[in-house]
Amino acid sequence: MRIDPAHIVGTGGALGALLRYLLGQWIDADTFPVATVAVNVIGSFVLAALTFAGSSETVVLLLGTGACGSFTTFSSFSVQTVRLWETGDRKRALCNAVGTLLGATGAIGLAWVAVGQ
Amino acid sequence: MAMTNEHPLVRLETAVLIGIGGFAGSNLRYFLDGVVPGPQVMGTLGVNAVGSVALGFILYEAMHSGLLGEQTRTVAATGFLSSFTTYSTFAVQTTLLGSPLWMLLNVLGNYALGFAGVLAGRELARAVKVSDG
Repeated sequence: MRIDPAHIVGTGGALGALLRYLLGQWIDADTFPVATVAVNVIGSFVLAALTFAGSSETVVLLLGTGACGSFTTFSSFSVQTVRLWETGDRKRALCNAVGTLLGATGAIGLAWVAVGQ
Repeated sequence: MAMTNEHPLVRLETAVLIGIGGFAGSNLRYFLDGVVPGPQVMGTLGVNAVGSVALGFILYEAMHSGLLGEQTRTVAATGFLSSFTTYSTFAVQTTLLGSPLWMLLNVLGNYALGFAGVLAGRELARAVKVSDG
């Protein structure tokens, strides 16, 4: 049976969105968007591991493009960074912008060490 | 985000809305990745910029006028837009670019358009409020 790639991506996307929502409910983030940093770093690690491991196309569509793509979010990251900056918390805004990038890059490096070579 | 004592059915409803939004958001991202010409990073840059404008609008609209209902915001923001945009694809694509200059440009491009997009969404929300009042 051949499944339409868009349906595979969508199914993974629904799963990723739900996991992100559940993590957000679980992590308390009043002063700093910890949950968004966490999903973006974890999701970058998993996507990199799938990519470096040479996973099959279906697995990449379901878990990579779908689940990791939806689990991580650029729009929430942007909105939260701008909100921190606006409310006068410029240090935290910079920390969030740079920290997420360093965290995600470090996670991708870790994935390379773990499964890449 | 604080846990609220909601009825299980309401929590189930929220989860279903977010799942549907996630299905649609990731689907549209996949579609646009396929149709946006040029290197793959351009599709990702596009969805991240557009999604940031839209999420910015929804957030500031809620703060200024609050015309959209809470469930609409849940399905559109947490479900659709957060799934439409992606940090992981952006980060992995950046590291795979190879050339440090292109990596830097990709980071600056996504960050600049993301933040500017939120500000554009804020102005749109203010315009809606003005015309409303």
